[in-house]
Amino acid sequence: MNLLGKLDWSAIPFDQPIIMGAGAFMVLAIVGILSWVTLKGYVPYLWREWITSVDHKRIGVMYFLLALVMLLRGFSDAIMMRAQQAVAAGGAQGYLPPEHFDQVFSAHGTIMIFFVAMPFVIGLMNFVLPLQLGVRDVAFPTLNSVSFWLTASGVLLINISLVVGEFAKTGWIAYPPLSELQFSPGVGVDYYLWSLQISGVGTLLTGINFVTTILKLRAPGMGYMRMPVFCWTSLAANLLIVAAFPVLTATLGMLLLDRYLGFHFFTVDGQGNAMMYVNLFWVWGHPEVYILILPPFGIFSEVVATFSGKPLFGYRSMVAATMAICVLSFLVWLHHFFTMGASADVNGFFGVMTMIIAVPTGVKVFNWLFTMYGGRVRFEVPILWSIGFMVTFVIGGMSGVLMAVPPADFQLHNSLFLVAHFHNVIIGGVIFGVMAGYNYWFPKAFGFKLDERWGRASFWCWLIGFYVAFMPLYVLGLMGMTRRMQHYDNVAWQPWLVVAAIGTAIILVGIVCQIVQLVVSIRDRDRLRVTGDPWNGRTLEWSTASPPPAWNFAVLPQVAERDSFWVAKHRAGARQAQPEPARQYEPIEVPKNSPVGVVNAFFAVVIGFALIWHIWWMAGLGLIGTFLAILVFAFRDGDETEVPAEQVAEFDRLHEARVAI
Amino acid sequence: MTEARFDRAPGDQSIATKQQAASSGILVYSIGLLLAAILTAISFWVANTTLLWGPGVALGLAVLAIAQMGVHLVFFLHITTGPDNTNNVLALAFGVLIVLLVVAGSLVIMANLNGSMMPADMMDMQMHY
Amino acid sequence: MNITVAVESGEALPSASEAGPAPKRIVVAYGFWIFLLSDIVMFSALFAAYAVLQHASAGGPTGAQLFNQSRVAIETACLLASSYTCGLMSLAVNSRRRFATYLGALLTFVLGVAFLSLEIREFADMIAQGAGPQRSAFLSAFFALVGCHGLHVTAGLVWLVVMMGQVASKGFRPAVQRRLQCFSLFWHALDIVWVGLFTVVYLMGVTQ
Repeated sequence: MNLLGKLDWSAIPFDQPIIMGAGAFMVLAIVGILSWVTLKGYVPYLWREWITSVDHKRIGVMYFLLALVMLLRGFSDAIMMRAQQAVAAGGAQGYLPPEHFDQVFSAHGTIMIFFVAMPFVIGLMNFVLPLQLGVRDVAFPTLNSVSFWLTASGVLLINISLVVGEFAKTGWIAYPPLSELQFSPGVGVDYYLWSLQISGVGTLLTGINFVTTILKLRAPGMGYMRMPVFCWTSLAANLLIVAAFPVLTATLGMLLLDRYLGFHFFTVDGQGNAMMYVNLFWVWGHPEVYILILPPFGIFSEVVATFSGKPLFGYRSMVAATMAICVLSFLVWLHHFFTMGASADVNGFFGVMTMIIAVPTGVKVFNWLFTMYGGRVRFEVPILWSIGFMVTFVIGGMSGVLMAVPPADFQLHNSLFLVAHFHNVIIGGVIFGVMAGYNYWFPKAFGFKLDERWGRASFWCWLIGFYVAFMPLYVLGLMGMTRRMQHYDNVAWQPWLVVAAIGTAIILVGIVCQIVQLVVSIRDRDRLRVTGDPWNGRTLEWSTASPPPAWNFAVLPQVAERDSFWVAKHRAGARQAQPEPARQYEPIEVPKNSPVGVVNAFFAVVIGFALIWHIWWMAGLGLIGTFLAILVFAFRDGDETEVPAEQVAEFDRLHEARVAI
Repeated sequence: MTEARFDRAPGDQSIATKQQAASSGILVYSIGLLLAAILTAISFWVANTTLLWGPGVALGLAVLAIAQMGVHLVFFLHITTGPDNTNNVLALAFGVLIVLLVVAGSLVIMANLNGSMMPADMMDMQMHY
Repeated sequence: MNITVAVESGEALPSASEAGPAPKRIVVAYGFWIFLLSDIVMFSALFAAYAVLQHASAGGPTGAQLFNQSRVAIETACLLASSYTCGLMSLAVNSRRRFATYLGALLTFVLGVAFLSLEIREFADMIAQGAGPQRSAFLSAFFALVGCHGLHVTAGLVWLVVMMGQVASKGFRPAVQRRLQCFSLFWHALDIVWVGLFTVVYLMGVTQ
């Protein structure tokens, strides 16, 4: 019996210079960072303040950082694909062999959805939600840390696949029978499945955590209709996580049983039914789209109201639209496979539902426009992203409604028109929203603003680059080019693909500008230093210091209306002469740090890696390790420490003094 | 700040019954056990009897199962219609809605897709020869 | 749509929605309640797969040929009784009676083990007859659905043992009480899933 399962030296592709180069770069970067951290003596600090931290703000920042790094990885894949398709016309084969190209587009989709868009959005929710709700942390702080580290485990596994073995060649949706053992005997699909299962558990726990936080932990007086819109959209998104991710877990679980134990859910033989996978995958897949886009809708609502200096137009209609989307998103999934054999009646029903779900989204767009109308709009970076979003997202939404017409979809399905459509809504919606939120809340997280000029440069490069890169794909789709082609014969497509590649390069400049913006801002942080409320904000997160203390609020705020911080500021302005009565400080319980998240993540990686390579003893050890880690955590004594009242009072006094200057 | 100002935790009995002796709690569980046992027995009988109209049996079994789930929710999980339970009931309603959509939607879609396939016996012929 | 209703009733009851952060017992139990709902959604995907594939026996044995109703009846009785003893245990926990808690837990555990061993026997018999999960899509769906429930019961039994360890070493401190509360929610939910399971799989499977 082989102690290392299927693993041997042939797993490492020494003959592939591109992969080895990328792998060597990655290994060097990791080793470099680790040794720099060790040499500088930062390890104890990182362990104490970040890795074992259960503070929602720290975890949010780590999620964001993780997403940023993975954005670079996913974007490298995008550049490779665009470069390949720009040259592989006529008889040319380009520089990527088919089996490598297939891995690149599969990894690009998987990484961008699960390890870029999701952690970006979850990171922002993590950081913002408790502050906006006026409470001290999420409902389950330690679970939050576990969620983050499980997501990081998935990321690690998918990156290991670059060097050890291979990744799936099935596309990010991994449809059977192609993804079954018979047609994909390698470890690629197993990497895909296990990294998604592990990070999926983390996402589910996050969803449970945030739903509970929003519904059960709010500042005194904050009834449902007084919550900021970002909290509402996050509630809807997390309800969707709780309702949709279990379906993904079950579906991928069935595929795993097929691959590992010879079950016949989706196989060709044994009367399995591959369409069942397609069906269940999209039961999860369509709500997932709204999980990604709803929180950015909330970000735009906050940003538009703040920078227009007006309350949000149509708060109630915004809430109603959000919750309508939350339920309707479970009634449209068949539009992802109109062409796969359903009858006209069924296609018609799901087509109509898909058009209906565009209505609440339209309501939202009008609400944002009316909020800006008559306001004094300050054109800072966050609102630039918001305006760019409104234009871009409407175009993407309209192309989506077009494809909701089943006969039109028969023409456009799996063409580059579809690829252009979903990049149009995901980049124009999710990424623009995340960037708006990043520029908006960064000063809250670190106490200094991001550099304005580099921020503008980044925005314009992204916006222009996006249009240059994806408008040609709409044209190519109408010309009949299908997605995922490693090379093609029709040379008439080539000029458009060259334009698209140029667009990708412009986006690359945008990403570089973002990195420069971050570096410049850290260098000039003393110039950019701000107090708690740099944007003249409306919601509770701006009422505390920047960065907020571990306990967020010295005294829980009392809420009596919507936009309560804004109202309080105006009231204070009216009666400036009277000083506030002295606050009563009490000692605050904050949760203790815990290594259980990172320890569990370690064992999750061990289990995942062992199962991918069929190293059964190692998987068993990993399982025992996980169980013991949880057991030790369950038997700990006292999970909270007390911050004395004097320390809270001292911090508050310093903050008040800084605001007064 | 008393607990009465908040919603009730899922699975908790109402404050009133909690303060009474544990005997009333035992009574609630015992009624639940009795009802559930009766419903289970009827289910098994319905499935095996020949006295009933065949095609109606599946529907009858479904009704009995839903009734028994209701008994479990009320007597074991103490889900009530009281105002302090609204949040728990709404979460449950959302879950039930999703379950119905997933199961019913999948069945309709898959039946529809299978209708467009080659009949199974022809499939078998193709596979064997 | 559900949630808009929540808004209305929330406004009608300012005390509950505006009272500030809820006490920990409510937060924990509610979070676990949400987890249970997600777990039931996961089961619904397995149920859907089973319902779609239940006639896909690929020329192999069907449910009517395989299922043994008297064994299922005993399994059902075990699980129902264990739900009842679990309820009695949570009453004992609420009134902090240690011996009654141990007794309730022991009965629950024994009944759970009885259920599980019957299920394992059933699986072993079927596999011995050549009706394992590799035989047909129907059997794959059957083993996955029933096996997933069985795995949940197993996890519940392990959890129960750990919780008795916590009662023994730490007594009825609030954290332990909250976990026992969650355990009883979990155990009752498993029984509800089993009601759906024996109806759809076993009873409807033999009548068709």
